[in-house]
Parts: sequence; structure tokens; C-alpha cells
Amino acid sequence: MAKTPETEHPVKAFGWAARDTSGTFSPFNFSRRATGERDVQFKVLYCGICHSDLHMSKNEWGITQYPIVPGHEIVGVVTEVGSKVEKYKIGDKVGVGCLVGSCGQCDQCSIDLENYCPKQIWSFNSTYHDGTILYGGFSDIMVADESFIIRWPENLPQNVGAPLLCAGITMYSPLRYFGLDKPGLNVGIVGLGGLGHVGVKFAKAFGAKVTIISTSSSKKKEAIEHLGADEFLVSSDPEQMQAAASTLDGIIDTVSAVHPLGPLLSLLKPHSKLIIVGNPGKPLEVPIFPILSGRKAVVGSAIGGQKEVQEMIDFAAKHNVFPDVEMIPLDYLNTAMERLLKSDVKYRFVIDVAKSLKSK
Amino acid sequence: MAKTPETEHPVKAFGWAARDTSGTFSPINISRRATGERDVQFKVLYCGICHSDLHMSKNEWGFTQYPVVPGHEIVGVVTEVGNKVEKFKIGDKVGVGCLVGSCRQCDQCTNDLENYCPKQIISFNSTYLDGTVTYGGFSDIMVADEYYVIRWPENFPLDVGAPLLCAGITMYSPLRYFGLDKPGLNVGVVGLGGLGHVGVKFAKAFGAKVTVISTSASKKKEAIEHLGADEFLVSSDPEQLQAGASTLDGIIDTVSAVHPLAPLLSLLKPHGKLVLVGIPPEPLEIPVFPLLSGRKAVVGSAIGGIKETQEMIDFAAKHNVLPDVEMIPMDYVNTAMERLLKSDVKYRFVIDVAKSLKSE
Repeated sequence: MAKTPETEHPVKAFGWAARDTSGTFSPFNFSRRATGERDVQFKVLYCGICHSDLHMSKNEWGITQYPIVPGHEIVGVVTEVGSKVEKYKIGDKVGVGCLVGSCGQCDQCSIDLENYCPKQIWSFNSTYHDGTILYGGFSDIMVADESFIIRWPENLPQNVGAPLLCAGITMYSPLRYFGLDKPGLNVGIVGLGGLGHVGVKFAKAFGAKVTIISTSSSKKKEAIEHLGADEFLVSSDPEQMQAAASTLDGIIDTVSAVHPLGPLLSLLKPHSKLIIVGNPGKPLEVPIFPILSGRKAVVGSAIGGQKEVQEMIDFAAKHNVFPDVEMIPLDYLNTAMERLLKSDVKYRFVIDVAKSLKSK
Repeated sequence: MAKTPETEHPVKAFGWAARDTSGTFSPINISRRATGERDVQFKVLYCGICHSDLHMSKNEWGFTQYPVVPGHEIVGVVTEVGNKVEKFKIGDKVGVGCLVGSCRQCDQCTNDLENYCPKQIISFNSTYLDGTVTYGGFSDIMVADEYYVIRWPENFPLDVGAPLLCAGITMYSPLRYFGLDKPGLNVGVVGLGGLGHVGVKFAKAFGAKVTVISTSASKKKEAIEHLGADEFLVSSDPEQLQAGASTLDGIIDTVSAVHPLAPLLSLLKPHGKLVLVGIPPEPLEIPVFPLLSGRKAVVGSAIGGIKETQEMIDFAAKHNVLPDVEMIPMDYVNTAMERLLKSDVKYRFVIDVAKSLKSE
């Protein structure tokens, strides 16, 4: 008899899955692999919702395999460890982000950049080494290879901290790699959603002067008073843009829709970078003259390597960098996705999995 | 009486100018300023023709002031120096490239990056400090502030070396700045014209393994046998692209027409850069996924600072990096421009000014 999600592995699991391109979630019985010798199994306490989960639930990128259980900002408590696991024991607080596997030997993996490994395996919707499809954190149990487990610091709350595992590292990594982590630099952040708000917090923790760039002034008060941004720029206002021309050492652009890059490039000092972390799904137009006349760059960045994720979590614990979250029960998931589509959340939904999950 | 090009300065000079958007050149009497205390005046022996001269002669960028005397790869012999000039004397061989002025105090200038100074003054068609329009090297006499004059190495030919002053520095600067000057790296050069062929030569001199990327196979033999490229890739051939995927440490793209960037990005290793040095008339489309999934960059570069230009000339002299040129008399310039439009030159026209320019 053909294996089903429920029967293919020995450990019973339960979650919520989307079953078609409507992206509507509903309860789903499936199973997890037995805890292998290097695996860590943990009870999921909380899981953040990222816009990528929404894109994938509706197959907007064309790679979704239904039924899909997304969720890749997963935190919990260890319930079982394999015989060769060295770093974790039962009861430890842990997390898993976007990656659960990579080749381990390519140029990227050998410099701790598993996120650029051509054979990286994502926490959900990917095919694992055993040939089965992976299910993510909108579920009660998770199992992952020890190398892809993040040790959770004691003084970092797991509920509000969960979104750091994707949103956090997505902003932390380019701030560090592109040298925007030095005190006193002028850093721009475009977009004020899950990624953007965490980016402001990290940039401030690094000592930067942070400018938010947004299409409307409605978020200004919030950005300055609540998030601690230093400046707020409306990108459609030519006067504001002119006044800020050539003032920024770097910009992280979180916007995942097609948008003009010319105005953003004008804000950069020469030799600086516009770092794209959002995926618009369509190409962006780049005006060439500003790039040449200032030796400016448009560059991409995607999450971070495991070592870097651990470093980021430890930094966040030390410097109190906590995302702003709205806790929701699992059965609120469909409403949350509708609201997320309209950016109606400050600034990340986190599912209180353990409390709200009732196996069906 | 209003000043004309012929009367505005005390030193009689002669050149060829384009007078309207047809871009047709004809003789013109102009004048040069008196040699100021920091100026170096020189008799022009040779001047290279760059595609920018062609663009400007036809006002394709919208800021040409007619009559325009282009030419910015200018070499010759010093005829007079101002009383505060320290570095040059009569009889010295010198050159002047694209820049004849800058503010000397901004962040860029103080880092020897006059080419990124917002107040840079180009050798032709720019307004000089005295309010007059500059005329370039399609003329018999040139005068420039000593700061912007390049000392020409002994035993280094002036005629074939002239194009280094623009084409040369345009390729040398990004090879150095983006770290593509280390032996053994894999460097791609897109386009095999004036810029591309010099880029191949510099990259080989740095010890790189050079891949020329072109839209047609017709230039392969020339690229490999004559210019010394190691590989040749036809960018419209999917099999060749696939085989070359993720192999290049960096690419310098000299193409000045709109062209697809996705194939070029696919050739880059993660963290590699696609350096644009050509100026297409329209924005280019950047596919975002390759940038994100490989942390790749699209970046611009424009000529180089004066210190860097001198360094490049000295390097070229030491390592025998010489452009391939076709010498022409001044009155061939209109035909040369027509041929340049069709890329019918191997690989740079150089006007034998001293021999052929006769005042009328």
C-alpha cells in the first residue's frame, strides 16, 4: 500500500496544512521520521508566520507540493535526541529556522554558508535525504539534524523570539556582511513589516542611525516613537528624497513587490549597496547611470548560515532585540494569512502551537 | 562682441567638431586658455576615439553643447608649463583622460576618487572653472591642470597607448577594486570592443583565467588566439551557459545596449559581482532570485581616479599591456564614427593628430 503522510514515518504528528492554491489551512495528520542518531526531536511551542509561508501556501512560486505544512520560525523543547547527538539533551530550549540540511562539503558549506549551498534543504516542502517531503513548524513535533538546531538562550523569550529565526537572520546577516554594523553609520530600511521592523532593531543595536523609507507617512509616528528609527522618508516625496540624497551608507530593501529602485539608489553614498532581501517575483528595473556614476551596487541576501543564525540569536538575547508579535491560536491561521496579505499585523504573527493544538 | 570658441581664449587652436545631432565632424577654429600657474599645455600627438565621443557627438545623452570637440584619450608632448607646476617640464610626454577638474575637497576627492566627485569636470563639453566650455583631444593643443595630467612612461608608445586613458582605466579600476586582480581567479569579460579587449589584456596580466562572453561565436578565434582569452562563451547558447554556471568570480560587462542579465548572473559564483561599465540607454532588468539565492551583486564602475590612472599606465608599461589600434588621419573621423557604430574596428581608432591635423 502506498505510503501516505500519515503512515510514511513511525512518529505520529499533527499540524495544519494547505491543500491547494486557495492556501486555506485545515487540520492534518502526518508523521515524523524516527529520531536518527544525529537528530534532535522537539515539541513545538511556538512558530512564527513569514510572508514566504503565505506565498508557498498558494503556490505563488510554482514549487509547492500539496499538502503543505509551512512554518520555519520554530521554537520548542527537546523531547528526544539521537545516540550521537552531542550538543543537546532532553529539556533544552531550541529552535529551527529555514534550513534542515545542506551538502556539507561545497565551497559554501565549508565556510558556514549553508544558505548558499546549491543542495540546501528547507524545513518544509523540500525533499529530505530519505526521499520524503518535509513538513514545517505549523505542527506539534519537529525533528532535525543537530547541525541545524539552534540553541536557545535562557534569557530570550521563545514566543516573541521565534521570528528571529527567519526575519531576524534575514536582516542581521546583510547588516554584518556588508559592514553596516559599525556605530554611527547611516542605514536605510525600506518597508516596515516583519523584516523591516526587526531590521530597525538590529541596526539600532549596532549603533547605526536608522532611516525608514516608506511609501506613506502613516507609519512615521510608530517608526520613530516605537521602533526607535531616527528618520523617516516618504519615497514618493521628491523634496524629502532630494534632501536625503547621497546620505546613506547602505539600504536594506524588504519590499516584496515590484518597485522603483532609482529613488533608493539616489539616497546612497557612492560605493554603497542597495541590499535586496524581499522577492518581488518579477525582475526589477535598474537605472544604469546612478549605478555607474556612484559605483553603487544592487545585491541580494538570503537568510544566513547556521553559525550566523546562532550568533544572531545570542546577540539578540544579549542586546534585547525582540520582534513585536501578535500571538494567535492555530485555528486563527487562515484569518492571519488574510491579514498578512494586507500587511495588517504589527509586525509578525506567532502561533502559540502548544497551547492551541488539539489533535483531531 | 560675444565671445566665440575662436576668440574666448588667447591661444589659437584648431580641431574638428560636431555641430549638430547628425554628429558629422568638420574643422573648427577654437582657442585655449592661457597656461595658468598650475597648467600644463601640450601639443597633441594622438587621440583615441571612444564610443562616448560618438554618443556625445549626436547628443544621445541630451547634454551636448554644440559645437562639441570630443576626445578624451589624449597624448602628447609638453610645450609650456605654469610657474607653479612641479611635476612636468617642456618636452615631457604626457596624457590626459576624461577628467580635467574636480572639487578636491569632498569625500571622494580626498580618497583619490575624483571620478566620483559630484563636481567633476570632463575634458570636453563641460564647464570649466573659468565658465568656459572645455574642448577635447580632437585638436592640436591641450591644456590642463597638472593634477590631471598623466606622466607617460619612457619607452611606452604614445600612439597605441592612448586608449588606456579611458578604455584602460575603465577596465583596470574594477578589476582592482573588486579584487579580480589576484592570480588564478576566473574573470569574465562581456563584449569584445575597445573596453573588452583591453580588459582581457589587463586580466591576463593580473594572472586571471579569462572567459570572454559574447553573443556570437564569430569572435572566438580572435579572442583565444590573438587576445589570449582562456575560454569563450556564447551567451545565447543554453548548453554553454549551463556548463559555465557558477564558475566565475566576477564579470565585467562592457555592453552598452540593453541586454539580459540573467544569463550573466548564472555564470557567477555565489557572492560574485557583475560589474557594469557600459551605458545602455534604458534601464536594465535585474532578475531578483539569482541575486538572493547567490548573494550576487550588480554594480557599476566609471573610469578611475587620477592616482589610479597613473598607476594603471605605469602597470601597462611594465607588463606590456597595449591596446590594439587602427591609426587614422583626422579627416577619416566621420568614416571612423560610422564604422564604430557598427563595431567595425579592432579595437580602437586612434587619430594621428599631429601628422594629420592641419589648420585651415
